[in-house]
Amino acid sequence: MKPINTARFVFLSRSVNESFARGALAAFLAQADPTVPQLADIKTAVSEAVTNCIVHAYPGGLGVITLTVALYENGLVKITVADKGVGIPDVDRAMEPLFTTGNPEERAGLGFAVMQSFMDGVQVRSKPGKGTKVILKKQLSVKE
Amino acid sequence: MADVTFQSAGEVLVAYLSGEIDHHTAQMLRQRIDETTLRQLPRVLVLDFGGVSFMDSSGVGLILGRQRRMMQLEGKLVVQHPPAAVERMLQLARVAYQKGGQA
Repeated sequence: MKPINTARFVFLSRSVNESFARGALAAFLAQADPTVPQLADIKTAVSEAVTNCIVHAYPGGLGVITLTVALYENGLVKITVADKGVGIPDVDRAMEPLFTTGNPEERAGLGFAVMQSFMDGVQVRSKPGKGTKVILKKQLSVKE
Repeated sequence: MADVTFQSAGEVLVAYLSGEIDHHTAQMLRQRIDETTLRQLPRVLVLDFGGVSFMDSSGVGLILGRQRRMMQLEGKLVVQHPPAAVERMLQLARVAYQKGGQA
């Protein structure tokens, strides 16, 4: 199945770009006319994925994050958040709720749990030293 | 963009949060809430989410961190007025909150 429209945003792993990523995504998705809760779910999941890249992918430095959105005819939205950072040695463990390698005083360790709860599909592919790709899927309700 | 304004009455300090709470803005909010809390040493710190338009799990980290600090100060933390999107995040994280508020 081919997407009817796609967009790609490339930006540095600066935390100020978390809101840029959400805003750019929302602007692109406006054409699909999502409901308010659907758009909120997608923005939240993408914010979690982008924050993961910013906090974990490039320790002590900056790197590039690529956000890709694809829109399909049946209302399916597919979003990819990719970095070329350190990768995740144990993806299953990283996806456990409350697991965090961030500062446990301030990070809840809920990023992947939120993505799984708010989206219809979450896939994570990671290679240590090569980077991580998170694929998020959401089925928008098709309007008459 | 996010902001926080404070109002205190007796031993209760209310922090009115507004805007979008993510990992970037949470750092600034945390600093301002902690500074004000340490200066006023309230018995109860209320985080009011009435003006928050977006919150990801960084907001949960912000709440849990403040809860820990209030316990250290032998006080307590109250979370109130979450709009629908924030409420969903609080339920997922099993954070207790008041739908209405005390301030």
